[in-house]
Amino acid sequence: MFRFIVRRLLQLIPTLFGLSLLLFIWLRRLPGGPETAILGERGTPEMRAAIRHNMGLDEPILVQYGRFVRRMIKLDLGTSTSTKRAVTTEFIERFPGTVELTITAMIIAIGVGIPLGYLAARRRGRFLDHASVGGSLIGICIPVFFLGYVLKAIFSENLHWFPSSGRQDPTLGATRVTNFFVLDGLMTREWDAAADALWHLVLPSIALASIPLAIIVRITRASVLEVLNEDFVRTAEAKGLTEQTVRRRHVLRNAMLPVATSIGLLAGGLLSGAVLTETVFAFSGIGAFVAEAIGQRDYPVLMGFILIIAVVYVLVNLLVDLSYSFIDPRVRVR
Amino acid sequence: MRAPRPKVAIAAVAVAALAVAGCAESNRDDKSGGSKKDTLVFGVAGDPKVLDPSFASDGESLRVARQVFETLVRPEEGGTKVTPGLAESWTPDAAGTTWTFKLRSGVKFHDGTDFNAEAVCVNFNRWYNAKGLMQSPDVTAYWQDVMGGFANNENADLPPSLFKSCTAKDATTVDLAFSRVSSKIPAALMLPSFSIHSPKALQEFDASNVAGTAEDIKYPAYATEHPTGTGPFKFKAWDVANKTLTLERNEDYSGPKAKLKTLIFKTISDENARKQALRSGDIQGYDLVGPADVEPLKAEGFNMLTRPAFNVLYLAINQKGNPKLADIRVRQAIAYALNRQQLVTSKLPPGAKVADNFMPDTVEGWNGDVTKYTYDPAKAKALLAEAGASNLTLKFHYPTEVTRPYMPNPKDIFELLSADLKAVGITVEAIPLKWSPDYLNATTSGSKHDIHFLGWTGDYGDAYNFIGTFFDRPKDEWGFNNKALFDQFKDADTTADIAARTEKYKALNKSVMDFLPGVPISHSPPAIVFGKDVTGVKASPLTDERFSTAEFK
Repeated sequence: MFRFIVRRLLQLIPTLFGLSLLLFIWLRRLPGGPETAILGERGTPEMRAAIRHNMGLDEPILVQYGRFVRRMIKLDLGTSTSTKRAVTTEFIERFPGTVELTITAMIIAIGVGIPLGYLAARRRGRFLDHASVGGSLIGICIPVFFLGYVLKAIFSENLHWFPSSGRQDPTLGATRVTNFFVLDGLMTREWDAAADALWHLVLPSIALASIPLAIIVRITRASVLEVLNEDFVRTAEAKGLTEQTVRRRHVLRNAMLPVATSIGLLAGGLLSGAVLTETVFAFSGIGAFVAEAIGQRDYPVLMGFILIIAVVYVLVNLLVDLSYSFIDPRVRVR
Repeated sequence: MRAPRPKVAIAAVAVAALAVAGCAESNRDDKSGGSKKDTLVFGVAGDPKVLDPSFASDGESLRVARQVFETLVRPEEGGTKVTPGLAESWTPDAAGTTWTFKLRSGVKFHDGTDFNAEAVCVNFNRWYNAKGLMQSPDVTAYWQDVMGGFANNENADLPPSLFKSCTAKDATTVDLAFSRVSSKIPAALMLPSFSIHSPKALQEFDASNVAGTAEDIKYPAYATEHPTGTGPFKFKAWDVANKTLTLERNEDYSGPKAKLKTLIFKTISDENARKQALRSGDIQGYDLVGPADVEPLKAEGFNMLTRPAFNVLYLAINQKGNPKLADIRVRQAIAYALNRQQLVTSKLPPGAKVADNFMPDTVEGWNGDVTKYTYDPAKAKALLAEAGASNLTLKFHYPTEVTRPYMPNPKDIFELLSADLKAVGITVEAIPLKWSPDYLNATTSGSKHDIHFLGWTGDYGDAYNFIGTFFDRPKDEWGFNNKALFDQFKDADTTADIAARTEKYKALNKSVMDFLPGVPISHSPPAIVFGKDVTGVKASPLTDERFSTAEFK
């Protein structure tokens, strides 16, 4: 087990090198550079050349890459060309928002999706089954940003139940510790700030959860249906076990394997959904920031982000693989 | 292993929550989050980039600076005329190169130090003596735009500095000397980039230390955490994690104190999201209202303010692109082919006007007596035939994913203009590009573009800031080299007598419209909106809205 984990982590190093070189070259081949974005309509060719020179963008690409690698070895991601702040600082301030949002969305998707998928399978062909299958189809098809606008139109503009934008009411003047606003509120005992941050999470996390929720419902339903037809379930029922025991010990545990796999994959997809959700809800997170960085040709931010995502992706998949052995004792990692 | 029961999980979370509770210090003053009636949250489209306006050229940084800092002269409220700021009066000497400013007395910086002539000189000398990365065009954009260069230019491309020296005559009298007469003075000194900072704070927070390496510019703490001016609001906090910047009332302000206790700028980049935030009460106002939202929001009772149009949208023609475009008849044909009135009526907000000059009529030097190119497709066809360009094909670049005050809906504008061009027999090849940086890059450098549209919002009320910016030297955007025209600009800029200078700008506008490097299309009034119960703000053509007069009814 330990060797398996170490081996997987060591695989990260060549992956990151290859990825960073490809990315580095690809980014610099895009038309226009940060100097154009910085100067906007005001730029003259001389000004742009001066900025390129100042940023060292007029040097050979391999020289620039060498500098980048030297910095990366020191874990220094450089300075954002658009905000002029350290990339690490930007990430520390913005990642927590995205993490809060994606975790809340994932809790909704798993907490609602698995029970709903299970019930749909148990009541196959009845109203609940049709409703959840149909509903999940709609969930997959509706674009996140459209759903976001609709949710805001109903619950913020008309009912005034939830805020329509941001992560927290700025007039609260809440204290920042970790930039996880809910956690910060608990840590500093500013209960109103924690509750307000949770309140701000409701609409965006529902919007973001719509697609993974729909997928989890469908996969759970299919997987449970398959397991229900297995001989061991019939045996368990014949033995006179209560329905609850059969459900938990036999059906759900066996049906969870494909669901766990899909959750690992969905976590990656959540990030792309977060870009749209954060933009629509003016939610300060990494997604919207990186989307802007592409337009700004903010090379340091883009490089740093992709590399961090690569690491996260590898770690999430590692966790998924490890969870198999807990769900299904027949799977053993070596 | 058995699946953990939900009850166990909930208990675990509760224990964890209790464990972290109170393990960090709250630094909240009990006074924050005061009554909603003295706190205004205003929605803006982007984060400010930097809090020291010396280094800023983006609108959002300048908006913050305008509340925290003051300049020697400032635009009149709701207009572009030069009026007293930190200086009560100003007079040029006989040669027009040295200006004497009489300063207000009894003004204090936010750190309690005195504002005086000495402080003015500290500021001007700081900019003038900029070194290293502070000379980069993206760091001191406006200084370079107005003054050209520095005391010691480190880049050979930089022109000599227009600014020469600053002399403090006594506590309230200061002389600014310039190397030549320039039409930009004193109007350009209204720019927030020429805000006067506290010398003590500049020194304390190492304000001129723009450090780091070539590709790794690092701003000093002054520019990110300690902006110290004399304005009606003081900087309180910049919460990047929540996309908000908080200012608080300066209780020791020398003029009428701000009516708001707290002013918060909240970044909401999406235009629709800003509108929804206003309707749901998250914010009590926002800027850059979409033209389609102006009437509906007005009808709902929101306070819609329309800024006087201080911008221009133009169709640029690159004479180095298609060789046919160097023929004046072809350019005239394009001008006659465009139904600009229809575009203004159908696609621009109420109050927009067709442009006959490359600058709005509120700026001195505007000329109503220039060659006008009223919509005339028959004439356009005849001119094309005469020039042997009846089957002309043009690459037409237009931007996507952007709104600008002068160009609220680029795609609609493109569709109308290209339909007009097709109607006179020109084949249009559409090239949509993402605004930043693809479009800007493609249209302002190289020579592969034929026609595109772009625009400009004025920085201050001066003709040179519009037409000089476009046509005072050869530029890739237009691809022409007209020495006579360039010399005419130099002559106008260095004329000291204001009346004579205005006449020269009128003549320049005529020359430009005869030479027709492109076609001015429209002036569009941008809108800014406030909540139903917020009053007291006056819209400014220079986006110099003063939030100190804002109040809740």
